[in-house]
Amino acid sequence: MNMLKKIWQILKTPTSAAVGFVIALGFVGGVVFWGGFNTTLELTNTEEFCIGCHEMGDNVYQEYKETIHYANRSGVRATCPDCHVPKDWTHKIIRKIAASKEVWGKMTGIIDTREKFQDHRKSMAMREWKRMKDNDSRECRNCHNFEYMDFSEQGSRSVKMHSTALASGEKTCIDCHKGIAHELPDMEGVEGWH
Amino acid sequence: MKKLITGLVLLGVVATAVAQKDDSSNDALLSNGGIESLRGKAQLSETRESDKMKRVLKDREVVERNYVHQPPVIPHQIRGYKVDLNSNKCLSCHGWKYAKEVGATKVSPTHFETRDGMTLSDISPRRYFCSQCHVPQVDAKPLVKNEFRAVESLSHK
Ligand code: HEC
Ligand code: HEC
Ligand code: HEC
Ligand code: HEC
Ligand code: HEC
Repeated sequence: MNMLKKIWQILKTPTSAAVGFVIALGFVGGVVFWGGFNTTLELTNTEEFCIGCHEMGDNVYQEYKETIHYANRSGVRATCPDCHVPKDWTHKIIRKIAASKEVWGKMTGIIDTREKFQDHRKSMAMREWKRMKDNDSRECRNCHNFEYMDFSEQGSRSVKMHSTALASGEKTCIDCHKGIAHELPDMEGVEGWH
Repeated sequence: MKKLITGLVLLGVVATAVAQKDDSSNDALLSNGGIESLRGKAQLSETRESDKMKRVLKDREVVERNYVHQPPVIPHQIRGYKVDLNSNKCLSCHGWKYAKEVGATKVSPTHFETRDGMTLSDISPRRYFCSQCHVPQVDAKPLVKNEFRAVESLSHK
């Protein structure tokens, strides 16, 4: 009790020592909070977390397992956050805040059956396409760098499109590569699709 | 003499018994009789070591057709291309709207026709599932020798 009173006394009468103490306290608290915050953030940024709920585990994950980003000749994989969560801090936080809406979706069971998932797939896909279009497919480019694409190694159809529409910046990866990781929704009315 | 006859009869009985056993056994039924088939020399009853997986060929020039109404083979890879109720990846290049931009062959007008000769304004349901008729090629050698040649007028080399 006496001890607390003393600390309170120091805090009430700002001497330079007390100011130092408060700053130190704030600093330590900050480190703990910040560390915890980022650790939690990182925990939510793993594939295990993403497919931990059955909405993801039973739908998009199963589809994705059949695609090139899950199994390929070189064994290099892309995980869910590689494509869906920005790498740099600011954009990551923005995406994570947007994701709180998805938590709400989970609680209210918007997509808790395959049928409901299919009904909502188009609107979810459109959101991802828009996000990727707006950031010039930044997450794809984290791994695929146009500068280092060797056209002599690519197929003729790839070269034709990459050396024109992609090189000029007229189009970005997601304009031409929809549905590389999951099943597509009804593509009626989507540009470039039948 | 009696001994000889008894001996011969006994031998006969044993022989037919052996022969019968042989006839009814699976081996006789399943024997390929030394004839080699597309499956190789393996007996029907044995599990043969499987062939190596064939590789789909990389993108290349269109492949010459052998006869006039042949569905052309696909001269490129199609891994991951979906054709289902929701989308048709092939038509995003071969549809008339996109073919020019991509440099792909347009689907021909026959793909718009119904079974009884009506021409529709879009791809006909019976031509929607492309891989029913068009297939990519792998690096396989022909299993049997074939000397078929296309008529000269179809050659574009
Ligand atoms: C974590 C890294 C990573 C990310 C992020 C990534 N990819 Fe890939 N991608 C790869 C690897 C590795 C391969 C090829 C593996 C191989 O061929 O061995 C590949 C292959 C591909 C292929 C070739 C498909 C084929 O059939 O040959 C396409 C197209 C592609 N990626 C598009 C994309 C697009 C579009 C995005 C963004 C939505 C993206 N990738 C994001 C790593 C990544
Ligand atoms: C204008 C359309 C277009 C754009 C934009 C585009 N691609 Fe492609 N890409 C294609 C086509 C067409 C192919 C070949 C057909 C296929 O693989 O489906 C291809 C093939 C590929 C391949 C396989 C290459 C090979 O031949 O083995 C990779 C990897 C790839 N694209 C990645 C990307 C990435 C990453 C971006 C963005 C930086 C991108 N593409 C932008 C049209 C495009
Ligand atoms: C190679 C990049 C890539 C990877 C890896 C990836 N996605 Fe996607 N995801 C996309 C793209 C692109 C879309 C937009 C729709 C489309 O084109 O299929 C998308 C769409 C989605 C959607 C919206 C619904 C839909 O089907 O369109 C969900 C949910 C989703 N992804 C979850 C996941 C989960 C969970 C994982 C990990 C198991 C994952 N994604 C891995 C690229 C990726
Ligand atoms: C990314 C665009 C693209 C996609 C997707 C695509 N193709 Fe092609 N296809 C081409 C191009 C380009 C050619 C070569 C045309 C040339 O060289 O004249 C071609 C050639 C062909 C040919 C040979 C035509 C001829 O005249 O001999 C057939 C058949 C074909 N494709 C079928 C398909 C089928 C079936 C699918 C879907 C499973 C498909 N293609 C998907 C671009 C595409
Ligand atoms: C029922 C069988 C069948 C189906 C299904 C089918 N085709 Fe064909 N296709 C043919 C035949 C036969 C020809 C050659 C004669 C002709 O043009 O009708 C052909 C020709 C073509 C050609 C060459 C056209 C030309 O001008 O020389 C292309 C490209 C083609 N098909 C693409 C496709 C695509 C893409 C699909 C799916 C949307 C498809 N086909 C579905 C049978 C089929």
